[in-house]
Amino acid sequence: MTIMTYRDALNQALREELKRDESVFLMGEEVAEYNGAYKVSRGLLDEFGPKRIVDTPITELGFAGVGVGAAMVGLRPVIEFMTWNFALLATDQVVNAAAKMSYMSNGQFPMPMVFRGPNGAALQLAAQHSQAWDSWYAHIPGLKVVSPGTPADAKGLLKAAIRDNNPVIVLEGEMLYNTKGEVDENPDLIVPIGKAELKREGDKCTIVTYGKMVLVALKAADQLAKEGVNVDVLDLRTIRPMDIDAIANSVAKTNRAVVVEEGWEMCGVGAQVVDFIQRECFDDLDAPVVRVHQADVPMPYAKNLEKLAKPDTAKTVAAVKRVMYLGD
Amino acid sequence: MEALSPTMEEGRLVKWLKNEGDQIKNGDVLAEVETDKAVMELVARGEGVLRKRLANEGDSAPVGALLGVVAAPDEDISALVNSSAPKAAAADTTQQPVGKPADAGEVIARAKEFEGVTSVPAAPAQSQGEASTPPQERERRGPQRIDTGAHHAEASATGNGETAPSGRPRSSPLARRMASERGVDLGSVRGSGPGGRIIKRDIEQAPVAAATPAAAPAPAQRPPRVGDYQDIPLTQMRKTIAKRLVESIGPIPTFYLTAEFDMTHVAELRDEMIKRGAEYKVSFNDILIKATATALAQHPEVNAHWIGDAIRQFNRVHVGMAVAVEEGLITPVIFDANEKSLSEISAEARELAGRARDRRLKPEEYMGATFSISNLGMFGIDQFTAIINPPEAGILAIGAMEEKPIVEDGELVIRKRLRVTMSCDHRVIDGATGAKFLQTLRRMIENPLMLVF
Repeated sequence: MTIMTYRDALNQALREELKRDESVFLMGEEVAEYNGAYKVSRGLLDEFGPKRIVDTPITELGFAGVGVGAAMVGLRPVIEFMTWNFALLATDQVVNAAAKMSYMSNGQFPMPMVFRGPNGAALQLAAQHSQAWDSWYAHIPGLKVVSPGTPADAKGLLKAAIRDNNPVIVLEGEMLYNTKGEVDENPDLIVPIGKAELKREGDKCTIVTYGKMVLVALKAADQLAKEGVNVDVLDLRTIRPMDIDAIANSVAKTNRAVVVEEGWEMCGVGAQVVDFIQRECFDDLDAPVVRVHQADVPMPYAKNLEKLAKPDTAKTVAAVKRVMYLGD
Repeated sequence: MEALSPTMEEGRLVKWLKNEGDQIKNGDVLAEVETDKAVMELVARGEGVLRKRLANEGDSAPVGALLGVVAAPDEDISALVNSSAPKAAAADTTQQPVGKPADAGEVIARAKEFEGVTSVPAAPAQSQGEASTPPQERERRGPQRIDTGAHHAEASATGNGETAPSGRPRSSPLARRMASERGVDLGSVRGSGPGGRIIKRDIEQAPVAAATPAAAPAPAQRPPRVGDYQDIPLTQMRKTIAKRLVESIGPIPTFYLTAEFDMTHVAELRDEMIKRGAEYKVSFNDILIKATATALAQHPEVNAHWIGDAIRQFNRVHVGMAVAVEEGLITPVIFDANEKSLSEISAEARELAGRARDRRLKPEEYMGATFSISNLGMFGIDQFTAIINPPEAGILAIGAMEEKPIVEDGELVIRKRLRVTMSCDHRVIDGATGAKFLQTLRRMIENPLMLVF
């Protein structure tokens, strides 16, 4: 085990998989000469050369399509979007080409490719560049969607995504790149797609979350523990396919649940989680499930308003207290 | 057309037993009606004169359709008679047009409601309540305000014991489940949750009311007694087994266990009885029913139903026996078969099978089995697999008895042998569970004296 940043964990995953399999290559804006806009690809150009680490023009739709073509002829492209907010133009390639190619060609063209980059809000990037796209991609059959919240999961899930024969969306976090955590340096280790992890064990309530909100939920759990309320923090890690068994097992134990996500409420990933809970755990529920999410507005630029709009630890604590019927 | 069986959607009027102008008393049999299962009697529910027979003998009509009119001798029935005319002409479609416009109306109404909410987010009508408040509005009230979708209930809370509009006490799904498992009467529990909602902790503290078991749905014929069955809540493992197997072989993940029994002693027993007189003659099938029922009583885990959220294990044994009839088959039930003597079983089986062939069984006579048996031995079938009749968890398929060379203690001997195959719903019965049941059954069959034990 080594302590490293989320950024370096992703870097290590890329380096190991580039070494392991010659058909893997990385492509995107500034990934080569500039070592990546967020330095995730630092040193890779020197080590693997310009045929494996490819700089592109500012043409998201174009290079996403090149990636789809490369996957069709047997390569394993990793397409980096500088952020998922810029990837909106490339959605047609992701949704209509990558997600459907294997299906519509009756399996003749597998799509072993990865689209990755930071998702959601950072700080004061305003309405157009602070959006969480989780539910957009999780909605699409043919895609897998992972959203690691820790360095270890970032490394393990990116490696699993590169090795997967389906298109995998990797939702990272700009605010996560500098966070640190223990990472296993064993190059053979992956985190399986579709498996949630209980990041903290309690018995009073289940907080279901993923991605950036894992840290928020863990902080909330710390605060709640001081008040004698011990909660399960279940990190989904993969949004699609979702680990329903893990959710059901935890809720069967705690009888209460709060779902925390970064994005908006309407048709959010949390709505799907609540649906699974009401269906699978109806007779286990002792209280209605509560969701924590971003305010239903375009992200404000003003610092104070942005803070109010984002889901945070205080809101998560309040939500847990509400489902616990603890007055405040 | 009255619904004369729980699954009946349509009936055929076989025969009118009253003529127009006949005086009708409450309880008179008006006609014979063929349902999906049997020919049943249509009984008058009032008094008067049979003024008009609208359905002809041989006509089929959906449940609820007008077959005839019983009224006072001078009552004007023209409106009734006229209104039924188009109904009879298009029997199948009569129900549909009624439902559709209403549904559409409902959808339109909902759409309007939604439109109203979203188009005036700045000033939501007071009466709409928080449940229909748009998300924008909620956020405006402050980030700490987190909607549970249940405010309208909680806001009105004034104290304990508050009931929902339906009159039953508010309770969480978990609390209801726990209450039914523990035999706690929800009406006697004070809820400590919002709005007086009964929650887990309230049930945990509630005294168990020993003499107030939950009313069970009535199995036919004999009224259920306390303790007729237990519902075994599903463990996570059971749930996973059920879910996975249904994905593999669904909707009932069935597996099959076959065993060959030695019938020597059963045959001896039967011969001895026949020697004592024709009145002691029982069939092999009767003995198999008796043995199966006795074995089932010892294996409640097989004498069970899959009821979706639990496994219902029965303390009484009601054996269904498949009887071939002209157009198909039906499974009359020998209730409490484990407690009946061979002669009772024999007489009942013969009588039920006879009436089944004549299609004269009442619904309560072919419903409520806890386990079933199907025998095709008389057709010379060596062995076969029968299909489970849900919600039962198993069925035993019995083949033909035949003489076979068998090696016994190193000697070749000729024995009467019988092959039985049990189909098991794997959600309820695991391989070893079914095998243990067959082991008991083998002990009964191969040593029929065990039946009197």
